[in-house]
Amino acid sequence: MSVWDDLVGQDEVVAVLREAARAAHAGATAGMTNAWLITGPPGSGRSTAAVAFAAALLCEDLVDPGCGRCEACRSVRAGSSPDVTVVSPAGAYYRVEPMRELVARAAWAPSGGRWQVIVCEDTDRMRGPDLRWAAANVLLKAVEEPTARTVWVLCAPSTSSEDVLPTIRSRCRHVGLRTPSTSAVAELLVRRDGVDPSMATFAARASQGHIGRARRLATDEQARIRRRDVLALPTSIAGVGEAILAAESLVSAAKVEATELSEVRDAAETLALRQAFGMEERRRAPTGAAGALRDLEAEQKRRGTRVQRDALDLALLDLLGFYRDVLVVALGADVELVNAELADAVRRLARTSTPESVLGRVDAVGACRAAIASNVAPLLAVEAMVLALRTG
Amino acid sequence: MLDTGPVPSAPSLDPLAPVTLVVGPEELLASRAIAATVAGIRLADPGTQVHRLRATGLEVGAISALAAPSLFGGHVAIVVEEVGEAAAGIVDELRGLIAQPADEVHLVLVHSGGARGRPLLDAARASGAPEVPCPAVKSDRDKIAFVEAEFRRAHRSVTPGAARALVDALGANVRELAAACSQLVADCEGRVDDTAVERYHRGRVEASGFDVADAALTGQAERALLLLRHALAVGVAPVLVTSALASGLRTLAKVGSARGGTKSVDLARELALPPFLVDKARRQLPGWTPGGIAAAITVVATADAEVKGAGAGGDPAYALERTVLAVASARSTSPPR
Ligand SMILES: [Zn+2]
Repeated sequence: MSVWDDLVGQDEVVAVLREAARAAHAGATAGMTNAWLITGPPGSGRSTAAVAFAAALLCEDLVDPGCGRCEACRSVRAGSSPDVTVVSPAGAYYRVEPMRELVARAAWAPSGGRWQVIVCEDTDRMRGPDLRWAAANVLLKAVEEPTARTVWVLCAPSTSSEDVLPTIRSRCRHVGLRTPSTSAVAELLVRRDGVDPSMATFAARASQGHIGRARRLATDEQARIRRRDVLALPTSIAGVGEAILAAESLVSAAKVEATELSEVRDAAETLALRQAFGMEERRRAPTGAAGALRDLEAEQKRRGTRVQRDALDLALLDLLGFYRDVLVVALGADVELVNAELADAVRRLARTSTPESVLGRVDAVGACRAAIASNVAPLLAVEAMVLALRTG
Repeated sequence: MLDTGPVPSAPSLDPLAPVTLVVGPEELLASRAIAATVAGIRLADPGTQVHRLRATGLEVGAISALAAPSLFGGHVAIVVEEVGEAAAGIVDELRGLIAQPADEVHLVLVHSGGARGRPLLDAARASGAPEVPCPAVKSDRDKIAFVEAEFRRAHRSVTPGAARALVDALGANVRELAAACSQLVADCEGRVDDTAVERYHRGRVEASGFDVADAALTGQAERALLLLRHALAVGVAPVLVTSALASGLRTLAKVGSARGGTKSVDLARELALPPFLVDKARRQLPGWTPGGIAAAITVVATADAEVKGAGAGGDPAYALERTVLAVASARSTSPPR
């Protein structure tokens, strides 16, 4: 199975990246660019595309790079290739110091492969809480004067100046992913994860094209239960006290989800580090081990906060999908509902509210997402939102 | 800047000297010395023009322009801070002014101590400029001596035990120590002793984020504002104020929607809150409507974004003041919902 197969419904992007990798292998520097920008809505597979491209650049198959079978392809996909670095902000946004280190590392020659690839996820988070692009400006220097054998792959929701520093954007070759269709996502779930077709269709529709989210909904009953609870909010909350309690359970559900997502990865990382220090065999910890473990723990904690925020954002996207359905029905548009299984509740709310009031609630959810992205205490932001969503 | 205490009666040195030196790291003492010198000049000429400058970032010629004789005459006081950090051009300019003093022009040169800019100080000293030392108040001994001097300045005395107790409690911050001394001077008569200090501590305005929230939630807008300023002055982070307001309102919303007859302990268990918080919320609830609580929470959420820098260039203190007022007035004035 080639590295491109994970990119569903993105034929055009695959064609461009594949051609670029082929040209790079042929030594034609003309077709190769050292800085790429991959855009697309959350869950459309930006990171997947970036990693597939990195694998293709390092692949041992020179004719059709990205074979998915060779040692290089496999190590890149497993995240163990020394020549591929994937970075994401540890907290709500990228910090300047780690970015400086990364840029310094980019100046090294690749260890074994022909290329060194650095993937930066979520460049929209290179903007600090003060709205300045501090980390992005550090990166800009590297993108302006790239090292010959280093390829930067930046991922962003869109090319707008909110999502990527314009001076960086203008130096990158851009490819844009589209939201994959429901049928393409469902087909992937059936083929790759062995999900039952009707469940796959439900999950693909409910996740609105977010592949990772679709997989989770299809394979985890708890995730489905949490989603159902979130979608009960718009029709069940009337009182202020109720709203506050509902906000609390929404935030703690996101916390639970985030913990489940982080636990396995955190434990694996900790074990790997302990093994690297030989601590699993010997009883005494060697010098430096305690410090390294502490650093890892701090890093995991920061990442945990971020995973939690992302989990909360997915719940908010579910809410947006619900209100979109209500609007669709209220306006009498003939469009497939995201939440077909909640059609009754959707119709009831559409009957009892005006399009303006529905739009007001859409705004409240949007404001909550923006507030959380700018570091407002999540519980407080969600409380303000649920209060605004109250019926009546 | 915090209150630096009453301006001391005219210092023993001549405020009308063409150059006065204020030298040393203790900012409180330096700002007092500057105030005293300027006050002395004003005593001689109430129409004195006073200029305050920082030597860093000044353009050469700026000080000379201020020192140039004006058409209308009158005294001019020029306070130049951070002269130790001055660029060579500024140092030369100041040396020129020291060597050839102008009539009715008074330079107050402020230097934070240390070796930088030493030759300028030596030149001023050689010209006979009076000097106010502002030594660091660091060790406990320095601090006790400082407290004793504070009382002496006000023609009062303090027992050794009382001075010790003040330093133990507030010694981390010289300004706070000075504020406590002047409060004690104002509050009690005769020699200040341990009992007076103890009484002072008990009556001290507590100002954590929670105190601000408690005042706002009981509709005491004035008091809430006062506590807020106090809290920010002693270094309480703005986010602690928004989080205290949020948590107070959250408890109000939960307790307010519970059935009336429920016992506090039972309600506390049901809501997973400590019983004392339930009792406190019940005391605060009169005057609040659900709609008022909802409005207040929305305001606090906006403020939290503001103090965390979402509105770039915003002023957290101002955002908090508006919030505290809005929360206090959301009580009683809101329509029921
Ligand atoms: Zn390969």
